Amino acid sequence: MNEPFIEFKDVSKSFGSLKVLDKANLAIYQGEITAIIGKSGAGKSVLLKHIIGLLKPDSGQILVRGKPLSQFTKAEWRHFKRSLSYMFQNNALFDSLTIFENIALPLVERTKMSAAEIRKRVMFRIEQFELGDVEGKYPSQISGGMQKRVALARAVVTEPTMILFDEPTTGLDPLRKNAVLNMVAHYQREIGFTGVMVSHDIPDVFFISNRVAIIENKKIAFQGTPLELEQSDDEVVWQFIHGQEVLQDQLTGLHSKFEVERALKQELDRIGRFQDVFSVVLFSVDSLEQIREKVGYIAAQRIFQCLGMTLRENLGTAGYAARFGPEEILTVIPQADATRADLIIKEIITECSRQELMNPESYRKVCLDFAIKAGIVEVRKKMRLEEVISLARKSQKVIAKLECDKGRGPV
Amino acid sequence: MAEKTVDHEGQGMIRGLNWLGRKTLDIIGELGALAIFFCYGIILIFSLPFQFRKIIQQVYFIGVKSFLIISLIGLFTGMVLGLQGYYTLVKFGAEGMLGAAVALSLIRELGPVLTALMVIGRAGSSIAAEIGIMRISEQIDALDTMDINPMRYLVSPRMAASVIVFPMLTALFDVIGIFGGFLTGVLLLGINSGIYFNRIYDSVVLKDVTGGFLKSLAFALIVSTICCYQGYFTHMRSEGFGARGVSLATTSAVVISCVLVLVLDYVLTSFLL
Repeated sequence: MNEPFIEFKDVSKSFGSLKVLDKANLAIYQGEITAIIGKSGAGKSVLLKHIIGLLKPDSGQILVRGKPLSQFTKAEWRHFKRSLSYMFQNNALFDSLTIFENIALPLVERTKMSAAEIRKRVMFRIEQFELGDVEGKYPSQISGGMQKRVALARAVVTEPTMILFDEPTTGLDPLRKNAVLNMVAHYQREIGFTGVMVSHDIPDVFFISNRVAIIENKKIAFQGTPLELEQSDDEVVWQFIHGQEVLQDQLTGLHSKFEVERALKQELDRIGRFQDVFSVVLFSVDSLEQIREKVGYIAAQRIFQCLGMTLRENLGTAGYAARFGPEEILTVIPQADATRADLIIKEIITECSRQELMNPESYRKVCLDFAIKAGIVEVRKKMRLEEVISLARKSQKVIAKLECDKGRGPV
Repeated sequence: MAEKTVDHEGQGMIRGLNWLGRKTLDIIGELGALAIFFCYGIILIFSLPFQFRKIIQQVYFIGVKSFLIISLIGLFTGMVLGLQGYYTLVKFGAEGMLGAAVALSLIRELGPVLTALMVIGRAGSSIAAEIGIMRISEQIDALDTMDINPMRYLVSPRMAASVIVFPMLTALFDVIGIFGGFLTGVLLLGINSGIYFNRIYDSVVLKDVTGGFLKSLAFALIVSTICCYQGYFTHMRSEGFGARGVSLATTSAVVISCVLVLVLDYVLTSFLL
C-alpha cells in the first residue's frame, strides 16, 4: 500500500488524570474518506484536533507524508493548515456574523479576492446547500440542521484538499442526514479531497467511506476497509456494526452472540466431566425478512421480543439465549435433557400465543403467514460447536404458526 | 512529644511557604502571559493587510456608542465641581478662581480617570464577555483552524480602537465638564463668565493637557489588554467553566481594570507632577 497521508504513531494524550488516547496508531490515505467511529467520549474529536494542531500529543508523533508535524517549519505548517478545513461538532459558527459573512469569512480574511468574486463563490455554496433564504440571518435564528449545512458550506468554500468532519450528521433528521452524507460523497468524488469523518451513523457512514477506524479503550481497535470490517470477527467490531441488533437484544433481554457461543463452548467442555447432559434449542422464525419488509419492522421485532422475553423468564440466570443469525435464536439450557427442553418450549409457545402478535386480527392491513420453528439437541457426549448447531438446524420442527386466510388472501 | 509538636509546626510552616511560593509563581506567570499578550496584540496592529475596517467598527462601538454616557457624566461632574468648588472658594473670597479649579481638576485627573472607568463599564465588560463567549463556543478555535490569527482578528483592532478613542473621549469629557462648571458657577451662582473663562485660559498650560492625554493613552492600553485577556483565556479559569466562566471573566475584567486604572493614575501623577 502507498504511503499514508497522515499517520498517528503511538500517540498518547491525557487531560489531567484522564487518559484519552494511549499509543493510538492510525493511517489516513490521500483521496479517501476515513470514518472514525467509537462511543461518545472515546476520544474521536481529540484525534481530529491533533491533526489540525488544536491539541498536541503528550507523546508519540503525527506524521504528514512521513514528516512529523512537530518538525514543520512555520511556512510548511501554514501551508498545511491552509489546505485543511475543520467542521466542528457544535458548528462553531460566528454568532455575531450573518450566514453569508460566516461562509465568506475564510475567503475575506485569507485571500485577496475581490468582493464580487467572494460573493460569487459564497452564493454558489449557499445555493448548493439550499441556504438561499437565510443568507442574511444570524446563526441563532436558523434551525440546527441549517446550522450544520452552513458549517459544511464554510468548510468547503475554500476548496480544501482535506476536510475533517466532527460529527457532521448528528442532530439531523434522516432525510437531511442522507443529504449531507450524499453531499460529502458527491463533493469528494468531484474534488477528490481527503476526508476524515467522526460519526455515529452506522451503517450509513460506511457506504461513503473508503476506510473505517474504530476507537475503543483509548486505542484504535480496528482499521481497514468497510468490507474488512464486515468480515471481522472481533467482538468490539461486531458490536459496532450490529449496533441496532445489540439494542434490540438489550430490549428483549437476550445475550450477545459472543456470550452464548462462549457458554456453549463452556458447556461442551464440561460434558463428561461435571455434567452428563445439556440441551441446545435453536429457534427460528420463518420468513422474518418478508415480515419486516411487508408487514412492518415493529411486527418482526415483536415476534423476537416475545420469544426473547419468555425465554429469559423461563431460563432464569442459568441458561443463555441470543440472536444467532438474523432469523435465529440460540438457547443453551444447562443440565436439561430433551424432555425438559421440550417442556420449556411448550410453555414459551403458550405464553406467546396469548399475545396479539399470534392473532391474525392484529394485522388488518397486511398479513403474512409465519411459523416459529424449534430444533432441540440433547448433548450427552463431546461434540464440536458447529456440529451441535447444524444438528439443531436439521431437527427443527414447526411449533407455532399464524395463518391469516380469514377472508383475506395471502400477500 | 515535644519533638512531635515542633515537627507539626515545621510542617505547617513548610505548607504555608509552599502555598506562598505557588501563589507567587502563579501571579508572576500570569503577569508574564499578560505582558506577552500585550506585546503580541500591539505588534499585530501593524501587520499587513491593515485591518482598517475592523478598527473603525471598534472605534464606533467603543467610542461613538459611549458618546452619550460620557457627555452625561462629564456634564454632571463639571456641575458638581462647580457647586462644591464655589462653596469652598467663597469661604476664602476666591470664587473667581472657580474656572481654574474646575478645569485643572478635570483635565489633569477626573477627565482621564472617569472616562476610563465609564468605558470599562460600558465597553470593557462587553469586550470580555464577547470574546469569552467566542472562546467557549469554539469560535476562536474555528478561527484558528481557518488559519485566521484570532489575536489579530479579535484583540488587535480593539486595542488600536481604544488607543484612538480614549483620548478623544477624555477631551470630550473635559470640555463638557468645563461647560458643566460654567452652568452652575456662572448661570446659577452668578460668577462673571469672563472671569470664569479667563481663569481657565490663564491657569491651564500645555503640560496639564499632555499629562491628561498621556494618562488616557496608558489607560486605553491597560483597559483593552485586561478586558481582551480575560475574555480570551476564559477557558483556562479553574473556578468556573462555560457561562459561569464568562461571567467570572467579565467581572474580573471590570474589577482588575478599575483597580489598575486608579493605581496607574497615582503612579503617573507622581511622575508627571
